[in-house]
Amino acid sequence: MDEQGKMAIARQFIEAIPHSRALGMVLDEIGEGVAAISMPYDLRLVGDPQTGVIHGGAVSALMDTCCGAAVMSHPGSPAGTATIDLRIDYMRAATPGQRIRARAECHHITRSVAFVRASAHDDNDALPVATATGTFTVQATGERMA
Amino acid sequence: MAPRARPEPVQVIKQRRDAALRALVAGVPYIQFLGIAFDRRGDELTATLPFDEKLIGNPMLPALHGGVTAAFLETTAIIELSWSLLWEEMEAGRIDATLLDPLHLPRLPKTIDFTVDYLRSGLPRDAYARARVNRSGRRYASVHVEAWQDNRSRLFAQATGHFLMPARDD
Repeated sequence: MDEQGKMAIARQFIEAIPHSRALGMVLDEIGEGVAAISMPYDLRLVGDPQTGVIHGGAVSALMDTCCGAAVMSHPGSPAGTATIDLRIDYMRAATPGQRIRARAECHHITRSVAFVRASAHDDNDALPVATATGTFTVQATGERMA
Repeated sequence: MAPRARPEPVQVIKQRRDAALRALVAGVPYIQFLGIAFDRRGDELTATLPFDEKLIGNPMLPALHGGVTAAFLETTAIIELSWSLLWEEMEAGRIDATLLDPLHLPRLPKTIDFTVDYLRSGLPRDAYARARVNRSGRRYASVHVEAWQDNRSRLFAQATGHFLMPARDD
């Protein structure tokens, strides 16, 4: 299948996940262990009513989805994946009103574990809103994905 | 020795504490979006996440979204930490809980980092969580949180987070 075909299938897959849909996530890029997913600013996701800043939990959901997508797009990953561990460092509050864009890279993969790094930005490209490191399962062929 | 002051009527105490908890939780849109509620027994809080279709991350299993699990744990940790600060102020009489509303709350702690340990997949049913403040200093706090579904002893996820405490006036 060509790159565009793969991208279309991956986009359909990610955007069909009920929680990703609920947050308005859009797949911007995928392939070879790298994924980029973004979501719009949404008043329903505000964590601090006094400042209008998005809740860290919503940023976590975006990061987790993006990391999982990066793992699934890696040539060494046969099928689905599940999070084993995910650590998020919050550098600063995301600016209210701006889209949040996450980019994840599966930088190493073994037969059982995938290692991922990710970062999230708003319109300020110089300083990330958050960074993440995670480990994910690599399913043996034929195993059900979790 | 002076005679001990008569304890307050139980309804007055309950009203004050429930009002404070409501002010803390009701004003956060994201908590309402996920549908998280908090049960209170004295100062102990239990968070509940009622199952909903929009929380699904894997439609084939189906299983809760890993991000939902992370968000549920982080919300529980922040509310527990904020509640422990608020409780102290309220019980010492420095805050009148009946005057609190979402826009007039003490500043919330900010998450510095949060690490989630996924132990098993979240099933499509209600989830519960409790957090424990392991250290609460002037500037930093460390909070551990556990989540389960059917059995309290079979956790499906746990997490540890560090938080920056709100600046104090003193």
